[in-house]
Amino acid sequence: MALGFISRLKEGLARSTQKLTSGLAGVLTRRKLDDEALAELEDLLITADLGPAAARRVIAAFRRTRFGREVSEAEVKESLAQEIAAILAPVARPLTPDPAHKPHVVLVVGVNGTGKTTTIGKLALAWREAGLSPMLVAGDTFRAAAVEQLQIWGERVGAPVITGPANTDAAGLAFDGLARARAEGADVLLIDTAGRLHNKSALMEELRKIIRVLRKQDATAPHSVLLVLDATTGQNAIEQVRVFKEMVDVTGLIVTKLDGSARGGVVVALAETFALPVHAVGVGEQAGDLRPFAASAFAAGLVGLERA
Amino acid sequence: MFEGLSDKLSAVFDRLRQRGTLNEADVGEALREVRLALLEADVALPVVKSFIAAVRDRAIGAEVIRAVAPGQQVIKIVNDVLIEHLGGEGAVKLALNAPPPVAILMVGLQGSGKTTTSGKLALRLVKREKKRVLLASLDTQRPAAQLQLAQLGQSAQVPSLPIVAGETPTVIARRALEAGRREGFDIVILDTAGRLAIDEELMAEVQAIRAATNPAETLLVVDAMTGQDAVNTARAFNEALGITGIILTRMDGDARGGAALSMRAVTGAPIKLVGVGEKLDALEEFHPERVAGRILGLGDVVGLVERASETIEQEEAEKLAAKIAKGRFDLDDYAAQLRQINRMGSISGILGMLPGANKLMGKIDESKLDKTVFKRQGAIIASMTRIERRTPEILKASRKKRIAAGSGTTVQEVNRLLKQFDEMSGMIKRMNKLGQKGLMRHGIGALMPGRRPPF
Repeated sequence: MALGFISRLKEGLARSTQKLTSGLAGVLTRRKLDDEALAELEDLLITADLGPAAARRVIAAFRRTRFGREVSEAEVKESLAQEIAAILAPVARPLTPDPAHKPHVVLVVGVNGTGKTTTIGKLALAWREAGLSPMLVAGDTFRAAAVEQLQIWGERVGAPVITGPANTDAAGLAFDGLARARAEGADVLLIDTAGRLHNKSALMEELRKIIRVLRKQDATAPHSVLLVLDATTGQNAIEQVRVFKEMVDVTGLIVTKLDGSARGGVVVALAETFALPVHAVGVGEQAGDLRPFAASAFAAGLVGLERA
Repeated sequence: MFEGLSDKLSAVFDRLRQRGTLNEADVGEALREVRLALLEADVALPVVKSFIAAVRDRAIGAEVIRAVAPGQQVIKIVNDVLIEHLGGEGAVKLALNAPPPVAILMVGLQGSGKTTTSGKLALRLVKREKKRVLLASLDTQRPAAQLQLAQLGQSAQVPSLPIVAGETPTVIARRALEAGRREGFDIVILDTAGRLAIDEELMAEVQAIRAATNPAETLLVVDAMTGQDAVNTARAFNEALGITGIILTRMDGDARGGAALSMRAVTGAPIKLVGVGEKLDALEEFHPERVAGRILGLGDVVGLVERASETIEQEEAEKLAAKIAKGRFDLDDYAAQLRQINRMGSISGILGMLPGANKLMGKIDESKLDKTVFKRQGAIIASMTRIERRTPEILKASRKKRIAAGSGTTVQEVNRLLKQFDEMSGMIKRMNKLGQKGLMRHGIGALMPGRRPPF
């Protein structure tokens, strides 16, 4: 699994890293690591969305050990990747449903268009393949055809989908879903929610209501609150995580759309700031395109390092 | 919209303002702060560099050193360059001058908001330009995407092309234009599947669609929260398709929206519209000078006035004016006012348009700022009888208790509402006394009873 995973992730990240790779090659092929070279390296990290502050910190640490040395491109990449992997390693924690809960309730939240529904489809498939029985709740009762979208995913991965009429109260639907999941002995209950901008208080309050209502049946629910983040998002991701964490106690992140040209460097800043687990990354539109988040592979991909 | 950047630049320029003269080092320090603020606002690095260079060229040297107030001068230069980089003054209209049916092609990454924006754009063209619009979804990738556009069309009361399962996007596009011709539509909006700029197969597909439909507008839909990748995406879509305009979505979020600068710089295509909410009418023109004004903390008063004049319903406004003229203003009118404030959008959105308000906003927890107080006041009024609403003087203890119970509030809240109503009707009485001419002569200040009016 580990080997296959790394090569598949590399495949997904390869294109993202092309530009950074060629940039690094141009900047650093056998060259003295002086102020100018470090400034250019910092710029390269900024273009990967690390943000100016996180990029400065990474480069500052790098400067302490490497300044003034003659370095090859491979050396620079290797040590830069190690630097970043060390930041990411503590947050690379997969999500495994706890069999003690029947079901393990997973609430999936995020701003609009990050890929919540698609991610639920992918998670459902992964857990079905692991021998669990997932059940889905089409809790996005606001966006047009969101329910139908999840229903199609349910059919694809063979998981029942709980739905209600359009514009129903999502909390009520979640409550019904949990009741049915308990009655039918489902292992995992994945609750989809409408995308919402974190600065809309009324909508954030709705999410809290879902949690309150779930707790009437199971005081420990939801057992996981996943925030789905789009890798193309820039520094606003920090504010997203801060507010969602404060409002609904997010337990982990999933980063989507890492198969594009965006490099998702903001994850480094997020790891430093919040230390929330990053459970998985999305690298495509197909049901199988969800990968565990692995710190060294991600960091290597970020700096364009090829590993044998 | 751009509050964060405003704060940063205000901090820099506050320091500049306190100094008498400016030298190169001062400008350099200010520009380092500007650079940092722009990067934190997700403006792409190459764009930041050219922006800073442009400001530096103009700031260092005669222009600033001879200026009376150097700090002000730098602010003006930053503002000017910002407006230039955002596309110059004034909104850019959609180019729809072509023989009907005019095709509009919507493209962008997954999840940028193409489908919702297509629905909003259709509604806008029907409502404002009185066009006959047909919606067509070419998104055969994402499950239920075609259904989503059809449902949006239904809520906007705009017809959408019947869905035929199994058709390829290009076939659907041709059928849409054919239906447009046959059924006499002015405009056909073609919503495409989200695609990555590096996905060669899907980019070739959208190129084929473009070739088959010859759209008058090819609009790139971009999330305002986009980071550094904005430049890659914009460049790739522009090279493949020749973007004619950009629509920036989710500008009602708190992202600093640096992507606006990046996109414009890379494609040279104007930002034509911005999405500012989940409702179908939440699509507005993009005014570079207003956005630049917001970035610099100058506020967007024009935008506020415009939004207010659009949302306050003419009929209600006229009824109110007539009542005010007669010196009658009751709680029903007050409730109508509350509804209008609700329609204007979030308070933070309104505050953000006011000059200097971004400083205040920093102190308010935005996620907790809401309009529930207006909702509660609405509920209180709804719990009154018609007579009570017309003659609030009769409200004594027992009636107040009943109203509080009926509206799920407290007697204190009922009292607070009545006090605000009193202040407002007092203001209106003074307005009547002054008359139109008096109001012109003495200004709004003449209305103030020394206390702050309720709104």
